[in-house]
Amino acid sequence: MALLELYHYWVFAVLLMIGFYAVIAKLNLIKKLIGLSLFQAAVFLLYISMGKVSGGTAPVFSEMLPDDQLFSNPLPQVLILTAIVVGISTVALGLGMIVRIKEEYGTIEENEIQEIDRR
Amino acid sequence: MSALQPHLPALQVIVPMLSAPLVLLLRDRGLSWAATTLVSLCSFALAVALCLEVLADHRILYEMGSWPAPWGIELGVDAFSVLLLLVVNGASSLALLGAMGSIDRDIEGERQPLFYAAWLLALAGLNGILVTADAFNIFVFMEISALASYVIVSAGPNRRVLPAVFKYLIMGTIGATFYLIGVGLIYLMTGTLNLADMELRIHEVADQKPILVAAGFITIGLALKAAVFPLHGWLPNAYTYAPNMVTVFLAACATKVSLYILLRFDFFVFQPNLAGHDIQFAYFLMPLSLLAILVASTVAMFEPNLKRLLAWSSIAQIGYITLGASLVSLAGITASLLHMFNHALAKSALFLALACLGMSVRRLRLENIGGIARQMPWTMAAFVLAGLSLIGVPGTAGFISKWYLISAAYESGPWGIALVGVIIISSLMAVVYIWRVVEVAYFSKPADTVEIAEAPLPLLLVTWIAVALNFYFGLAASLPLDLSRTAALILMGHMP
Repeated sequence: MALLELYHYWVFAVLLMIGFYAVIAKLNLIKKLIGLSLFQAAVFLLYISMGKVSGGTAPVFSEMLPDDQLFSNPLPQVLILTAIVVGISTVALGLGMIVRIKEEYGTIEENEIQEIDRR
Repeated sequence: MSALQPHLPALQVIVPMLSAPLVLLLRDRGLSWAATTLVSLCSFALAVALCLEVLADHRILYEMGSWPAPWGIELGVDAFSVLLLLVVNGASSLALLGAMGSIDRDIEGERQPLFYAAWLLALAGLNGILVTADAFNIFVFMEISALASYVIVSAGPNRRVLPAVFKYLIMGTIGATFYLIGVGLIYLMTGTLNLADMELRIHEVADQKPILVAAGFITIGLALKAAVFPLHGWLPNAYTYAPNMVTVFLAACATKVSLYILLRFDFFVFQPNLAGHDIQFAYFLMPLSLLAILVASTVAMFEPNLKRLLAWSSIAQIGYITLGASLVSLAGITASLLHMFNHALAKSALFLALACLGMSVRRLRLENIGGIARQMPWTMAAFVLAGLSLIGVPGTAGFISKWYLISAAYESGPWGIALVGVIIISSLMAVVYIWRVVEVAYFSKPADTVEIAEAPLPLLLVTWIAVALNFYFGLAASLPLDLSRTAALILMGHMP
C-alpha cells in the first residue's frame, strides 16, 4: 500500500521515462520535441507534488484561520512557473528550428536528414 | 563609481541583460555591433573590478532586493567565480572586437541586431551562473544562456548547422532537466535552495539515499552540458557549423561554466555530506577523463575539417580539466581550474586564427589551405604560436597548467605515473594534429592560383592580442595561479 500512496511519484517516473524514450527512439523531430515536453512536464509534477502538505490549505494568511492551521508550501509552484516558461521557450525555439530544417532539407525525419547530409 | 561598488555582482548580470533589448532597438548593424562591444567591454571591466575586490578580501555576498538569505536569493562571488568571469567576459569582448568583418560574411545585415541581442543574453546567462549562490537560479541562468547560444550558433552559414543545433537543444535541455530533478530532490529533503544553507541542512537529513540520487542526476546532467566524454555528441557539429566568432566565444566558455557548476555543487554540497563520495567521484570521472583525452585526441589527428579538429581537441582538453578535479586533491583542483583559464586562452586564440583564415577560405578544410602561409603569414604565425600553447610548450600558458596537472597526477598515488604517461602521450598527439595543419599551410603547393589577401587588420590585431596573452600568462602566471589556488582552497575547505 505504501507504494500506492506515493502514486504521484510513480506518475512522475513513468511520464519521465515515456518522454525520454520518445526523445531517444523517435526519428521524427516533432515527436522528439513532444517527448522533450513530456520529459519536462514530469519534472513539473515532481515539484508540484512536493509542495503539498497533508491537511494544509492555500498559503493565504487570514485572521479567521485557527492558530495551528497548516499551509502548503507555495515555493515549488513559483519555481515551476519559472520552469514552465523556460520549457515553453525551449519548445518554441525547437519548433522554430524544425521549420527552418523543413525549409532547408524538405523533411523532418532525422534519418532522411542524415541521408541528405551524407551525399 | 563608489556608489555602484556594493552592487557589482548584480550589475554583472543586469548590464548585459538589460542592454540586449536596447541593442535590438538600434536596428543598424554597425551601431548594434558597437553597442554590443561596448557593453561586453563594460561587463569585462565589472569582472576586473570584482576580481580586484575578491583579491583584497576573498568573498563578496550580495542580497538580491535586500532579502536576507536563505529566504531571498543570494549572490556570492569568490575566487572561483572571478576566474571564470574574467574568461567569459574576456572571450566575449575579444571575439566582438574583431567580429565585424567575420559576422558580415556569415549573417545578413538586417538580422545582425537580433544576433547581437542574443549574444548579450548568452553573456548575461553565463555571468548569472557565475555570480549566483542559489541552485534554482543557476538553472534559470543556465537555460537563458543555453537558449541564447542555440540562437547564435544557428546563425551559421551552412545549413548543416540546423540539425546540429537541434541536437544541441535536445541534449542541453535533457542536461538542464536532469539538473532540475537533482535540485528538486535536494529541496525535498532539505527545504532550501541556497547552496550554503543546503550544505548545512543536509547534515540533518537522516536518509541519504535521495541525496545520492540527486548527486547522480546533477552530475550526469551537468556532464552532458559540459560535454564530458562520452556525453560530448552535440559538441563537434555545433562548434563546426557555428559562425566563426560564435565558436571563439562559446569554445572558450560555455562548457567551462557547466564544469564550474559541477565542481561547485559537488564540492560544496555532496563531498562534505555523502560518505565515500570522493571515491565515487574519482572512480566515475577519472576513467571518463582518460578516455576523453585519448579518444578525442586520436579523432582530432584524423579530422580534415579544421574547426571540427579543434572541437575534438576541446573535448580532450575538457578531459584534462576533469582529470585534475577527479584527483580530489588541492594540487589536482588547482591544476584543473588553472587549465580552465589557460585552455580558454589557447583555444580562443586558435579559433580567432581560424576566423582570420575563414575571411579568405570559404570551407575550412585541410585541402583548401595548401600553402596559405605565403599569402596569410601573420594569421598562420598566430596559429602556430597559439598551437604551441595548446600543446604546452614551456613559456606559454598551456605549459603552466600542464606542469601543475602532471605534478598533481604524479603525487596522487601508485597510479600517478600512468596518468602522467597519458598526459604526455596526448600532448604528443596535440603536436601531431597541430603539425598537420602547419605542414599543409607552410609546405604544400597552393591548390589554385586565386589571390588570397591577409585577414582584415582589426581581426588580426585581436588574434595577436589573444596570442600575446598566451605568452604573457605563460611567463607571469601569478594572477590565474593565485585565483585557482584560492578557489581550490575554498572548494577543498568543504571536504570533511
